Amino acid sequence: MRWPLPTVAVSQDLKPNSWDLALIPVVFAVLALLAFGAAQMSIPYDVGEPLPLSLDPANLPYYLLRSALRMAAALVASLAFTIVFAVTAAKVPALEKVLIPILDILQSIPILGFLSITVTGFIALFPGNLLGVECAAIFAIFTSQAWNMAFSLYSSLKTVPNDLIEASDMFHLSAWQRFWRLEMPWGMPGLVWNMMMSVSGGWFFVVASEAISVSGQNISLPGVGSYIALAIAEKNLAAIGWAILGVLGGIIVYDQLIFRPLVAWTDKFKVDSLPGEQVPESWLLTLMQRGRLFRYLARLPAALWEVFTGLLRRHDKETLFHRAPGPLLTLPDWVGRAWDAVLVVVAVLGLVQVALFVHGEVGFGEIGQVLLYGLATTLRVVVLITLASLIWVPIGVWIGQRPLVAQNVQWIAQFMAAFPANLMFPVAVIVIVRFDLDVDVWTSPLMILGTQWYILFNVIAGASAIPQEMKDAAGNLGLTGWLKWKRFYIPAIFPSYVTGAITASGGSWNASIVAELVSWGDTKLEAHGLGAYIARATSDGDFPRIALGIAVMCLFVMAFNRFLWRRLYMLAAERLRLD
Amino acid sequence: MADTATTTALLDLRGVRKSFRTPDGHERTVLEGVDFRLEEGDIVALLGKSGSGKSTLLRIMAGLIKSNGGDVMYRGIPMTGPAKGISMVFQSFALFPWLTVQENVELGLEAAGVGKDEREERAGAAIDLIGLGGYESAYPKELSGGMRQRVGFARALVMRPDVLLLDEPFSALDVLTSETLREDLLDLWDERKIPTKGILLVSHNIEEAVSMADRVLVFSSDPGRVRAEIRVGLPRPRDTESAAFRQIVDEVYTLMTAHARGGGVEAQEQLTLGYRLPDTTPGKMVGLLESIAEAPFNGRADLPQLAEETELEDDALFHLFEGLRVLGLARIAAGDIFLTPVGKTFIEVEEAERKAMFADLLIKNIPLAARIRKVLDERRDHRAPEDRFLQELQDYLTDSEAERVLETAITWGRYAEIYDYDYTSGVLMLPEDVVEEMEAEEANEGDS
Repeated sequence: MRWPLPTVAVSQDLKPNSWDLALIPVVFAVLALLAFGAAQMSIPYDVGEPLPLSLDPANLPYYLLRSALRMAAALVASLAFTIVFAVTAAKVPALEKVLIPILDILQSIPILGFLSITVTGFIALFPGNLLGVECAAIFAIFTSQAWNMAFSLYSSLKTVPNDLIEASDMFHLSAWQRFWRLEMPWGMPGLVWNMMMSVSGGWFFVVASEAISVSGQNISLPGVGSYIALAIAEKNLAAIGWAILGVLGGIIVYDQLIFRPLVAWTDKFKVDSLPGEQVPESWLLTLMQRGRLFRYLARLPAALWEVFTGLLRRHDKETLFHRAPGPLLTLPDWVGRAWDAVLVVVAVLGLVQVALFVHGEVGFGEIGQVLLYGLATTLRVVVLITLASLIWVPIGVWIGQRPLVAQNVQWIAQFMAAFPANLMFPVAVIVIVRFDLDVDVWTSPLMILGTQWYILFNVIAGASAIPQEMKDAAGNLGLTGWLKWKRFYIPAIFPSYVTGAITASGGSWNASIVAELVSWGDTKLEAHGLGAYIARATSDGDFPRIALGIAVMCLFVMAFNRFLWRRLYMLAAERLRLD
Repeated sequence: MADTATTTALLDLRGVRKSFRTPDGHERTVLEGVDFRLEEGDIVALLGKSGSGKSTLLRIMAGLIKSNGGDVMYRGIPMTGPAKGISMVFQSFALFPWLTVQENVELGLEAAGVGKDEREERAGAAIDLIGLGGYESAYPKELSGGMRQRVGFARALVMRPDVLLLDEPFSALDVLTSETLREDLLDLWDERKIPTKGILLVSHNIEEAVSMADRVLVFSSDPGRVRAEIRVGLPRPRDTESAAFRQIVDEVYTLMTAHARGGGVEAQEQLTLGYRLPDTTPGKMVGLLESIAEAPFNGRADLPQLAEETELEDDALFHLFEGLRVLGLARIAAGDIFLTPVGKTFIEVEEAERKAMFADLLIKNIPLAARIRKVLDERRDHRAPEDRFLQELQDYLTDSEAERVLETAITWGRYAEIYDYDYTSGVLMLPEDVVEEMEAEEANEGDS
């Protein structure tokens, strides 16, 4: 009789293969860097104590590491927030009613506003330690990343296909299993895509949030952002150049080590890949999937998972029938109505509170002034988006028609979107001062410097997705010139264009806070606008004015979204889909 | 009779009722007084038109939704949720795209807390049994439709279910694939290679139902209830060309098309505004009328033969029949469809005259079309938002059904050129030439 082979054949399978050899150094290097950077984050510190900072390019890698760690911490926090928020909103109808509008508002609050409001609180939380300031910076980055991720997961959870829900009920999946086996995988592609977008935006805010002024004190956390701030203050153009190179390096590392593998991995969660669609690839993921040792290491969490799920099961009573996990906490009608009433009362009280506060501290005259500033900034955003569209739509369509060009340009455009445009501001200041240009006009392009790329790469994506048969038909009908644009290209790329333009316009509002008030050494250029108003109030530590500015900007952004973008989006979704 | 009462049925439904509440508080009854038993050793097919509530009934038996009234028992115990021992195969396969074939099949075992080794072994056996051996590590998107549904079957069978519920599992597959899969399943059943004791198949394909089932239940709609039961006493495998088989198919066609309220009544029953217009188009109806008028049918067609000739799905065909019937263009009796005198004239006249006839028939027979036209005639600008009519329909129908019915009414009315519709604004209006005509008339009246 033959004995079956033991299932774990250690000697043979655990031997690392050549893929492992390539991967091991990468892993250890990353671990060592993480440990070192984290230790530096919690050194003792008192407000007012100057942090040593030098413009020596040799220090730049260290600063980059610190910035990258802040990003990573913010990303982890965003992920945790996303899961908690999305699950709560999707499963508890009573809370959904409150959470979704709140998120909608949070999304339109300018991110730099959060920083000025929260930093004092965080410093008080960790007295005598740098961790408080670190937390404030991380929180600012978090606010730039979390909202769209949470929205993405929430809407995925609400759109899980009904037949898959029924299947998981038929096979008695517990709520826990259903979440990890069905709901999370379903939301994964959208979540990862939004994470990538978030981190792109995150670089901008890393740069903007490391040099903070609190109650008249300037705190510069070691990082690329502070390095740039110092370079600007000292008018050191070479250091700016080094910083640009450094950030480029940082973006590449993030892209290659985190997002390429993630995107390639989430491809398996897509329900159906479109024919002709490129399957994303990543060398790191390939290494990990082919390395034998890593495959085995991956079994450890899988085994732990099994045990954990098993433990959860113990508490389930064994019955013949399975109780399907439905929405939690469904309330009777009258409770729902009472809850609605409470919400209305709270909203009214809040409004009164804000009015009293602003009236007491600022006065209604200034509110009118701020609203005018808001209009000025709105005008800038509208003109800039229009100009950027006129430039990038034709170029994007041209590129989208040529798959080979598209592949390369697409990558560059995404890259440019991630590149923090505030690094280029000093150059603008020099030019404006040299040629004595109008500050109100010529600082405006800075707002769209970083965000125009969203228009470009979305249009490219839209143009590449036009079916070949439609192109053939357009050619066959002899469409040329303006007619071809009006009847073919523009409708065909419209949905992707709207997506890009929404992102670009949101980003421009955010950027106005740094773009309307720029400096180079002692030269300060200030345009008339809401962004400049908030920026000035922030550097003065004037809380009522910060609050007012933020509230007004929030109002403008929401009105913009509601009356323009949402309508265009509905139009695009209803009428101009290519399917 | 006495011994059926003593043994408990696998599934036993008595007086089951299910209704949904429309948004403005009206109730729409989907199922009413449904009695049904699934005994051990039975394969039962549930036949009905789409929207007749047969899928709802299946989901009640699966424990996925609750009934509003009546008793639902599984092995004599009232059901409170999806039961252990009942598995389901879905029309859309409902596979988890991010899990491999093996992982998909293991999922139910994993949820039941079966250990890893046993899980792998049982899943492997089920995969081999259903003919998927070698595809264990494939993802569903790598497989063809037929292979995907095999995964669906393996996933259900690995649970060793007493009862297998099949929700139109073959309807998304092509004819050849679905036949092979059907035969494979019946082989497993007849050779007792699976522990399953009862199978319930929901279908709208008559031949499929008759070739598989011991009993065929014909389901009627509005509200859904079991209208008739036919025993298929033929041994399996069944020869679909045999006279006995054809006769049963014919019988089922007759039952499916016979009108509930006493067949062969000459006078048209009075329809209401909320009448659920059949899901079909004027173009298809004209096409079918022409087929019936031409050889070999020459005005009168045997239903199964017509189904074969036109290569239409049973479900699509029934909607067509219903459309022709309510418009008075054709009538169905004794398993045959034949043209009415109006139908004959309709086929003979020119296109323009056809449209005029269709317009008359539509306004005369379909209250919703008449209503839309009346409202538009009365309005000063001859325009009305679709929401206005949707709201009226929602008194009778669920949201999605109201939308579908209105959409159908729009399609029919556009063909008849009695009203027009603007998709962008969602507004119904009179066609331009009609408005011009009316304005000219008004101007004349004003002059005189």
